[in-house]
Amino acid sequence: MAKTIEEINEKIKSGDVVVLNAEEIIEYADKKGVKKTAAEVDVVTTATFGPMCSSGAFLNFGHSDPPIRMEKVWLNDVPAYAGIAAVDCYIGATELSETEGIKYGGANVIEDLINGKPVKLKAISHGTDCYPRREIETFITIDTVNQAYLFNPRNVYQNYAAATNSSNRTIYTYMGKLLPNFGNATFSSAGQLSPLLNDPYYRTIGIGTRIFIGGAQGFVAWMGTQHNPSRERLANGTPAGPCGTLALIGNLKDMNTRFIRACSFRNYGVSMFMGIGVPIPVLDEEMVEFLKVTDEDIYTEVFDYSVQRRNRPSYGRVNYKQLRSGSIKIGKRDVQSGCISSYARALEIANLLKEQILKGKFTLTASVSPLPLEQEYRGLEILSQEEL
Amino acid sequence: MIKRKLVLSFPEKTVTKPIIYKLVKEFDLEFNILRAEITPDMEGKMLIELKGDKQRIDNAVIYLSENNVTVQEAAKDIIVDRDICIDCGACTSICITRALTLDKKTFKLDFDKDRCILCELCIDSCPVSAIKVNM
Ligand code: SF4
Ligand code: SF4
Repeated sequence: MAKTIEEINEKIKSGDVVVLNAEEIIEYADKKGVKKTAAEVDVVTTATFGPMCSSGAFLNFGHSDPPIRMEKVWLNDVPAYAGIAAVDCYIGATELSETEGIKYGGANVIEDLINGKPVKLKAISHGTDCYPRREIETFITIDTVNQAYLFNPRNVYQNYAAATNSSNRTIYTYMGKLLPNFGNATFSSAGQLSPLLNDPYYRTIGIGTRIFIGGAQGFVAWMGTQHNPSRERLANGTPAGPCGTLALIGNLKDMNTRFIRACSFRNYGVSMFMGIGVPIPVLDEEMVEFLKVTDEDIYTEVFDYSVQRRNRPSYGRVNYKQLRSGSIKIGKRDVQSGCISSYARALEIANLLKEQILKGKFTLTASVSPLPLEQEYRGLEILSQEEL
Repeated sequence: MIKRKLVLSFPEKTVTKPIIYKLVKEFDLEFNILRAEITPDMEGKMLIELKGDKQRIDNAVIYLSENNVTVQEAAKDIIVDRDICIDCGACTSICITRALTLDKKTFKLDFDKDRCILCELCIDSCPVSAIKVNM
């Protein structure tokens, strides 16, 4: 018997809902079979906690007296984009401080704000009749600003490539430190716990889906940038490389730095660890088939990050069970592997979300509009106007 | 008679055996190799304990330096700040001695100090700067 989201929400309200995390469902479905699992389990919680560069926050400061139309904005010396209305700005996670460089960036500003620390706001303007002030310097906190919400253009990648280094020097990348001569390999996915790998064809996750984001409740706003759903998939529906993505939104004022953390990759720059949790309704048997996916069933490709081109050479596919074991085979070599996203923290989020649903504090939403299953993925060519 | 713990780094292509042999033969020192590894950039790393007369140990250290072996006191410690660590595991792929691993059940970081050779490769691999050297 198929279930609806309304029925599941009724069960959440009455306290009869059955929730498992995406790890627990594997054993459950294995023991009880797909049919019984579909009948007995209502929700499966998925999660991820990894570095996601395409993140940032919109702030609205409120108006000063006399007012200013901010044209350039700095927060703790980190430039924020102010080319929108008078006191709105967007602080991007990877923007670096003009005074501290790679040690401090937009992600750190966001982290400081969440932690309630004072942040120095500086803005300049050429002044207008309605906004006469030309300069402002003041301190703000998360409580003094009018609004602050996270808007992340690309998060929660549905799978990601693994990285290694065939060259004879250590390289520093967004996939972390890669030692020479295949000294190590890194990867970044929660695998069997990961939201879009548990709903590979976006049957339930879509625009408007309520999610856990950085400790707060937020929503899927749109498909993420570089959403590339047409990628080749395995029989279980999971893609063997970067595929779908989500754009997310959530109230910064409700967040908690246990689940959103600034980070810095040496010689690369600042980024932000985002903790995201997505509840998936167990609508029918097909959903159980998707949800019982294990690390062993999910594959990704290992690429050589020492080749500085758009298309890097591949060393073939490995599954997440191998990657997570700490050692993979590349040709005849045994190469040490390590994750740069945290499985432990992802599991913590999945369990927290489960608890919130059991306590009736988190209800499910049907998506307002589905994510596209076909979408052209374009690269950037260097062309003259005539060649366009 | 004193004991000193040292970290020796041998550059690529340094023949290590005769050097260690000489420590015994010419400087009359007892030694105990606690750990030895070749890092992926082909540098030899050795954590060694020397036992003997103080002056002889000092002379041995000079001899090692003259033969392009970098000598560091092993009086330091690698420390992982658990409050900062997010258990990602980025450092575990870097640690060739497997002193840093993720627990198979909880996926939280395990640091086995006894395996650490103080190579310091892990330090700048941590995205949240949770790994530090304690002097
Ligand atoms: S210094 Fe770090 S990488 Fe080197 S052995 Fe110790 S823990 Fe491992
Ligand atoms: S890289 Fe840093 S944060 Fe990640 S597990 Fe190691 S010490 Fe912890």
